Amino acid sequence: MKNICIYFQIHQPYSLKRYRFFDIDQDHYYYDDFRVEENIRRLAEKSYLPSNATILEIIRNSNGRFRCAYSISGTALEQLEQYAPEVIDSFKELAKTGAVEFLAEPYAHSLASVYDADEFERQVKMHAEKIENLFGKKPTALRNAELIYSDEIGETAYKMGYKTMLIDEARHILGWKSPNYVYSHPYMPKLKLLVRNLKFSDDISFRFSNHSWSEFPLTADKYVDWLASLPEEEKIINIWMGYEAFGVFQQQETGIFNFMKAFPYHAMDRQMSFVLPSEATKALDAVDALSVMHPISWSGEAKDLSCWTGNDLQQEALNKLYAVTERMSMVTDKPLLHDWLLLQSTEHFRYMSHTDAFGSYYESPYEAFINYMNVLADFLERVDAQYPTSIENEELNALLKTINNQEKEIEELQKEVKRLRARKAKAKEGEANA
Amino acid sequence: MFGWEFPPHILGGLGTASYGLTKGMSQQPDMQITFVIPKPHGDEDQSFLKIIGACFVPVVWKDHDWNYVNERIGRIMHPDEYYWLRNGIKYDYRRIGTNDLGCIDFSGRYPDNLLEEISNYEAVASVLAHQLDFDIIHSHDWLTYPAGVFAKQISGKPLVVHVHATDFDRSRGQVNPTVYSIEKRGMDAADHIITVSNLTRRIVIEKYHQDPAKVTTVHNAVEPLPDVESYTKTPRKDKVVTFLGRITMQKGPEYFVEAAHRVLQKTRDVRFVMAGSGDMMNAMINLAAQRNIADRFHFTGFLRGRQVYEMLAESDVYIMPSVSEPFGISPLEAMQVGTPTIISKQSGCAEILTHAIKIDYWDIDAMADAIYSIVKNPAMYKSLHELGREEVNNIRWYDAGLKVRRIYDQVIANRK
Repeated sequence: MKNICIYFQIHQPYSLKRYRFFDIDQDHYYYDDFRVEENIRRLAEKSYLPSNATILEIIRNSNGRFRCAYSISGTALEQLEQYAPEVIDSFKELAKTGAVEFLAEPYAHSLASVYDADEFERQVKMHAEKIENLFGKKPTALRNAELIYSDEIGETAYKMGYKTMLIDEARHILGWKSPNYVYSHPYMPKLKLLVRNLKFSDDISFRFSNHSWSEFPLTADKYVDWLASLPEEEKIINIWMGYEAFGVFQQQETGIFNFMKAFPYHAMDRQMSFVLPSEATKALDAVDALSVMHPISWSGEAKDLSCWTGNDLQQEALNKLYAVTERMSMVTDKPLLHDWLLLQSTEHFRYMSHTDAFGSYYESPYEAFINYMNVLADFLERVDAQYPTSIENEELNALLKTINNQEKEIEELQKEVKRLRARKAKAKEGEANA
Repeated sequence: MFGWEFPPHILGGLGTASYGLTKGMSQQPDMQITFVIPKPHGDEDQSFLKIIGACFVPVVWKDHDWNYVNERIGRIMHPDEYYWLRNGIKYDYRRIGTNDLGCIDFSGRYPDNLLEEISNYEAVASVLAHQLDFDIIHSHDWLTYPAGVFAKQISGKPLVVHVHATDFDRSRGQVNPTVYSIEKRGMDAADHIITVSNLTRRIVIEKYHQDPAKVTTVHNAVEPLPDVESYTKTPRKDKVVTFLGRITMQKGPEYFVEAAHRVLQKTRDVRFVMAGSGDMMNAMINLAAQRNIADRFHFTGFLRGRQVYEMLAESDVYIMPSVSEPFGISPLEAMQVGTPTIISKQSGCAEILTHAIKIDYWDIDAMADAIYSIVKNPAMYKSLHELGREEVNNIRWYDAGLKVRRIYDQVIANRK
């Protein structure tokens, strides 16, 4: 029997407004609210709302036999809460059915996993808390931003208590191996890995309405036939994609929603079942370990990090940003912490790519860099104002400890005073009695 | 080909482009180019094409013995050629003032009687059209259109006109009707029109009412710099931002001064250089003084030859805020020596460059921002420095020549 494991991803970054260098030190608000709102409303109406309604209907009609997972970044959740709260409500509705799972991921959809393990951990925790608050269940499977993964990242995840991680089908890692099995981490064997099936995922999200594709038109019937014709021993097929595949990449007119509706029933007719990522890794054993020395992602042919970290501009921006990670761990100022997250979204760096600036609203990578660096300069000034760079991190830490402990110490001393006073009073009483 | 300028004696970008294009085309094995200019100096590079000086082509029949002719023009043209060309005189041009050889004295520059020179050039073209053997006529810029048109009428060979600029670029809208009519007549008579950018192509289609199918863009390229390694950058405390070109309305110098003012409000360790001369230079000196930045704003006067590249190589940023530029070769020259470049979107070269910052000429905020970013971020400088140089080294005249060749093949095929 075959298991189909579906997860949909939603992530939207906070777009930066045009921020000139004269604004540095003058203006501390960095975001283009109009663009953010326009974008999230459009996606909500064209994709998220109709898709959620369709999924809910399928789950109800199949009595929960259809199951799927979602990975929604922290920044996307914030945007939805602010501009499209009805989407949050519909996700809550889905959560109630018990047939969906919400995955954990770094809150800001950031590259922290590559640049700073502590920051990565902090963001994953933060995201997990947010998911629990909204949907009532703590995530148990982890999906890193852009499906970035390496042995090291796997280790961090496992130490945080995650037993399931999702990775992409990178040919140079898998070699002859099929993505349709469960794998494990090379030295943390309890961490299991699910591998995206590239072909079946892209058939829907990219090729569905492509008229020049030899398989056009793609029907649910045909698609399920393909799944069924896979070798018997390949137990799990991971079909993962951006949620925008429904209604945006593939417009409603292409019939994508009808496909979505028909596909689960065809699959169930053929005795296939749907599983959630955490269920899959519990039910199925790992057939082998996958070792990933250098980080992989789900981008491009090379499946590496080059579209975020490939050129000098990107590296400069990332190095400058992550140079203050340690400082930021001491910061308590809420607006500053919030900006720290929002400035980490991977898109800011992708827009600086000379070769693959997917989704960029800048005219050139240079313009993206200029704008980002101006914003970053202001941000760093603010960090510096709170914690001057003239003080070493360690010294600062010691000072902070003293300051933070002051209250405790005062409290303790006050208790002591109280105790002594009480004793004194008792002694006096005793004297008087005597 | 009819041209007006050819290196080393050039007055503007036309000569540079003519040289580069013909050199690139000459690399095609079956291409023979005869290039006519009004007045050669004898030191032109003729290794890849033949140059004919219009001032040595007889338009009025005069009898002289071989030795006399040799004495007069042998330095530049063989007397036998003179006699041979003389057979091409079919019309009576005695109304034109000629010298004792029956030739016209051209200045080869842009004199006050330019229109007269243009029509005299036409007379020369008639002689050449009768006598030379060629497959196609190619006219560079409006000065040579009448010559090209006349040669076409006589020979019946197809005419291609090459638009390096239009009067709309030169005059910022105040078009000279005489110039316009010469331009328009040339374009109307042409079998095909080549423009140096899509910007110019649009002007040709919209303002000169040409059929879009007849107009093709062939972007200019740049000759590789043989001594590129000899230009170095001296390490200095202050960053240098340079404007280089004629200081005229068309080049947008005032926007550069305003952007400099903005940058200097934020940081002091930048110096601005305005290299070149022109009718707006004094106004710019005044403006810099008014903005209180004269201590950081420098004027070099006119630079020539090697000085140009030296200035570019010493700069941290080169900026060309032209209001209207059909192509604009100097950003490519700056990139050859590895200088990060900011250009206006209203420049033709913006269409083919990706590793240069593009801004609207009037957007001084964006301009200032880009300058600030390059001088403050080493990564920005490095990217533009390396990738810009790599990019410009791949823009070759040979490829431009191939595009011209395709147009030739097409017009010749259409004629048959």
